[in-house]
Amino acid sequence: MVKKLRYTNALAVLLTVVGLSAPALAGSEDVVVENAWSRASIGVNRPGAAYMTVRNTGEDALTLTGLATPLAMMPEIHESKTNSDGVSSMSPAGEITIEPGQSVALEPGGLHAMLMKLQEPMTEGGTFLLTLTFSDGGKVTVEVPILGIAARGPEG
Amino acid sequence: MQRRQLLLCGAAGAGVLGLTLFVGWWRVDGPGAPEPKGQRPLPLSAMEFRLTDHEGIEVGPGNLIGRPTMVFFGFTYCPDVCPTTLSHISGWLEELGDEASEMNVVFITVDPERDTVEAMAEYVGYFHPIIRGWTGQEDQIARVVEGFRASYERVPTEGGDYTMNHTASVFLFDAKGEFVTMIDYHEPREFAVPKIRRALTEDVEGAK
Repeated sequence: MVKKLRYTNALAVLLTVVGLSAPALAGSEDVVVENAWSRASIGVNRPGAAYMTVRNTGEDALTLTGLATPLAMMPEIHESKTNSDGVSSMSPAGEITIEPGQSVALEPGGLHAMLMKLQEPMTEGGTFLLTLTFSDGGKVTVEVPILGIAARGPEG
Repeated sequence: MQRRQLLLCGAAGAGVLGLTLFVGWWRVDGPGAPEPKGQRPLPLSAMEFRLTDHEGIEVGPGNLIGRPTMVFFGFTYCPDVCPTTLSHISGWLEELGDEASEMNVVFITVDPERDTVEAMAEYVGYFHPIIRGWTGQEDQIARVVEGFRASYERVPTEGGDYTMNHTASVFLFDAKGEFVTMIDYHEPREFAVPKIRRALTEDVEGAK
């Protein structure tokens, strides 16, 4: 009985060591991406935009550092802001930290995945893969459905 | 003698005080006050500009008088705010149903360099069918924006492209072309539709 307990402890220690030796992936399994969607584009000259909710279900803060997709050469997280005079502007949002148990919404009129230099048009009914990169080196890839240009949310 | 000096002194003091108050009023609330930043747009009848709609027809502010009007500024290379606003407008128009057909709804580009008549035609085609797209010469766009007391600015982006900062509010005018109100970008839908109805009913009152 005592011996068995020791083995279990040893196993736990071993698992912890293995876990620590692979910090590159620590954290990203705690990322849940929900309600991803995007709008169709007209051709490839105009930038596209994609939206989603990124949830951190883990116990450590996560920092979203970048995006990658075969669809666009320059995917970046941008933020639209509207000032008190009603003037809208848009600029790169930089890194985004998500506290444990919190989520960040990429939604119209705020943060969004801006897809610059499209490699092909975004066609309604299609999907594309978008990889989110975190500061710990972890990556999460999601399949983003392409809705109509006039879509207002993940439901269309 | 002493009493007279005191009185004089008091009178002068009161005079100075009065003058100070007057100058203060003149500067802050009176005719000398600076123009408020968020100015009201001019009535459409006081604006002057010539643009081209997405079907290649020459248009101006006169085309908007006679029916209630909704105007929004943007550009078709805008990935987030403009399609979002246009899809919101489309949703409001659907909610208004038949009432919507009594309105002019115009999307005016602030990026005429890229937004040709053809580009506008393709773009507005994806939204509610009553939405018109207007473009034109740079100087004419500047006159429209000035008349609306709106603003826009070209901002270079990395990679040699550019984006446009612009007023994202939706402007509402009654059938006589008088400014009624604005729908701000983040305003919830439940406030937007009643505002549009207000522009529509001011039309009815004006007609009586």
